[in-house]
Amino acid sequence: MSIAFRVNGRQVTADADPESRLLWYLRDQLELTGTRYGCGSGLCGACMVHVNGERAFSCQTTLRDIADKSVTTIEGLSPDSSHPVQKAWLAESVPQCGYCQSGQIMSAADLLAKTPNPTRDQIVEHMSTNLCRCGTYPRIVKAIERAAREA
Amino acid sequence: MTIHARTVSPATRGPSLDRRLFMQGAGGLTFAVALGLPASAAEAKRVDLSPWVTLATDGTIMIRGPAIEMGQGSRTSLPLIFAEEMDADWSKVQIVRAAPIDAVYGNPGFGGAMYTAGSSAVTGYYKALRQFGAQVRMVLLDNAARHWNVPITELTTEPSVVVHKASNRRLGYGEIAAFAEVPAKAPEVRESDLKDPSRFRLIGHDVMRVELPTKINGTADYAINLKLPGMIYGAVLRTPVPGDTPATIDDTAAKAVRGFIQTVPLPYGVGVLADSTAAALAAKDALKVTWARKAKGWGFDSEKGLKEFAAAARDPARPSKPWETAGTGAAALATAASVHEAEYACDFAYHAQMEPLNAIAAVAPDGQSCGLWVGTQSQTMAVTATANTLGISPDKVAFHEHLLGGGFGRRGPRDMEFVVDAVLLSNAVKKPVKMVWSREDDVRNGRFHPLTAHHMRAGFDASGKLIAWHHRKAADIVTEFQDPVRYQKAGQKDFIGMLGAELKTYGIPNRQVDQITMDSGMRTQALRGIGFGPNKWAVEVFLDELALSRGADPLAFRLDLLKDAPRARAVVEKAGQMADWGRKRDGRGLGVAYIDYSGTQIAGVVEVSVDRANGQIKLHDVWIAMDCGVAVQPDNIVAQTEGCVVYGIGLALSERITMVDGEVQQSNFYDYLIPRMRDVPPIHVELIVTQNHPTGVGQMATPVIAPAISNAVAALTGKRLRHMPMTPDRVLSVLKA
Ligand code: FES
Ligand code: FES
Repeated sequence: MSIAFRVNGRQVTADADPESRLLWYLRDQLELTGTRYGCGSGLCGACMVHVNGERAFSCQTTLRDIADKSVTTIEGLSPDSSHPVQKAWLAESVPQCGYCQSGQIMSAADLLAKTPNPTRDQIVEHMSTNLCRCGTYPRIVKAIERAAREA
Repeated sequence: MTIHARTVSPATRGPSLDRRLFMQGAGGLTFAVALGLPASAAEAKRVDLSPWVTLATDGTIMIRGPAIEMGQGSRTSLPLIFAEEMDADWSKVQIVRAAPIDAVYGNPGFGGAMYTAGSSAVTGYYKALRQFGAQVRMVLLDNAARHWNVPITELTTEPSVVVHKASNRRLGYGEIAAFAEVPAKAPEVRESDLKDPSRFRLIGHDVMRVELPTKINGTADYAINLKLPGMIYGAVLRTPVPGDTPATIDDTAAKAVRGFIQTVPLPYGVGVLADSTAAALAAKDALKVTWARKAKGWGFDSEKGLKEFAAAARDPARPSKPWETAGTGAAALATAASVHEAEYACDFAYHAQMEPLNAIAAVAPDGQSCGLWVGTQSQTMAVTATANTLGISPDKVAFHEHLLGGGFGRRGPRDMEFVVDAVLLSNAVKKPVKMVWSREDDVRNGRFHPLTAHHMRAGFDASGKLIAWHHRKAADIVTEFQDPVRYQKAGQKDFIGMLGAELKTYGIPNRQVDQITMDSGMRTQALRGIGFGPNKWAVEVFLDELALSRGADPLAFRLDLLKDAPRARAVVEKAGQMADWGRKRDGRGLGVAYIDYSGTQIAGVVEVSVDRANGQIKLHDVWIAMDCGVAVQPDNIVAQTEGCVVYGIGLALSERITMVDGEVQQSNFYDYLIPRMRDVPPIHVELIVTQNHPTGVGQMATPVIAPAISNAVAALTGKRLRHMPMTPDRVLSVLKA
């Protein structure tokens, strides 16, 4: 069965099981490997993408779920790492191992799109969806505050 | 200039750079030097051909990075130490991954191995890389002096430029490379030839970690992201307990999974191959396998096991191995006016690096060579494991280093079992195979921070002076399981398990630390904080109990014991100041802990409150003061320390692996709880920068957290938590007791 959707502005027609997960389709078929596998169970946020502008766990999203919708991955957030969140991430030297960071950035971009000037509590609430084993949380908070300031 | 002849003599091979410098002049300059331990004849030949540094005529300086990058920053900081002494223009430096050759690139401070572990990269390579950088600078100066026909003493350098002030002439390093002649003998560099720290341009000044831009746009090159032509995908179902084998395999349901290719029976489990990772993992989950149940670990129950461990630690008749003895050891307890006693415990814990273990192997059709793509903490151990698996020589393994999505010790076992998985699967089909563990595999097949039980006794003399200390620890032998090679080399000392049990800085005259070796049959491994985690938990909580037993302030009590350790005192005092230690807080408690972690001095204070209804400990602030000597990259050190604190919070409060009948009970982040942002309070880090030799930073704050929390809860409630993690149920039962 074929399912049509858009990824980073590009039209995609997937000939695949509609119940298969967007995460693996992105990584293995489209080779968009910035979206990461961390838990496969909606617990870590390493796989976070935007679907029609809202954040979504790609490991919990089936191809059927995104039929005719528009998906944005870290590769499509900006063409040149110029999104205010990405710039703030570098300015605050957020990443350590970096594995979780695509998901963190996608979550943060989603927060700022809806809440341009979040309070610290709003940041903590929103970002507690995403795990970072390296413990970059203090810098994520600073980077989001910076992105809000500088956007 | 005088060039001193150097010869390599085994007697002078120490951690210093007392070795030959090899140079070649074709197309720029290349410099090589052997940092590892004595090489075999074959390896010695590779040394000549394996450069550390290449200086191109356009001024580009390629420096090999011998350490892998897992977020700790040493891929950047090691080449930076070299560049500092070479006086290189950092913008012209390119960092290239070093080939897997211990003799050339091995860590002089880590047995000469390419092994990024133990927070040892900067401390182990620092001296050698500075001397090497200074030698290369001297060669460039010498060539410029001859070129201009001026005395070398009239020359200075600016980043990547040799300057002759008197005649106002300048030569870029690249220009020199175009005509340079390489001396037959390497110049000698004395300690006094090295830069004075006041002239450092890179050390102590933050630069951006080189791989950082790839970590904000999705392009960072973890092995799990790679796709090779013709590659298929694999997954492995492993025996729950080490050393067991499959008895029966039923793969009927696995075969029905769309994309399934074939089943591959393995000595320790069953592999499946499929046309995608998703299919491979689904097929693996559909396997029905029974196990031979011959291995030791079957029947092991961690709750019961801990009771046995505790009984062994308590039982003086139980034989033990000495770890540390000072003065008259435990015998001094007999002379004490009062003796105190307490018991502590730690559960198994799991690394939870965010990138599940994986590797890609491509065994050649004739089985005589293999490509390997992996994120590993030891390039050379991964190569050796591959070669041994296939029965080929290590030079037939083409190794490709990748970034690690977290290490924390997990990617560094001697057997590299996740590499072997990929190699065996690829060998079965002679195709490239990407082998990925699911998160559930990663938890269940974890190699854990060990279960430990500690029996502590201490004695005061009549004047109230702490004169005797006896720590008996019962645990599995971590080093023997993780790294049998180093275990034998170390004379069967379990340094991975025991480090941190010794008390180097506290002035307690008579001390004895004994290890009672247990054998649960479970998998154990170094985990961030290594032996310091459990050992300092017991030490720092017990010290707190001793202080309170005398009615002493816990911070003042420690300062008193640290009279003769000024650097230690400084961090304890600093942490106290940062936390405003003396100020009482309503409904909140403060706790302190101090550690000498392989030379790094670190103290932490935490502020807590406790919800008495549900047993939840809430953290309000964490203050850390640390002296790691020269701070090579200060902001990165702060970042590492923040990360260490977060990791320590998880181990302290929620992370717990249990086993029933040898099988791990947890499986993913819903039943193995690592800290989320909401669990982490503001973390305040201050570095006390000294000119001491730099020591480690990558895990030093982790073991500080749990004892500081227990001590804070005791200060607040008068009740003592002695079992880690301090889960709400444990807190409740202690509060009620
Ligand atoms: S991989 Fe999707 S939430 Fe963890
Ligand atoms: S940076 Fe390593 S898991 Fe977040």
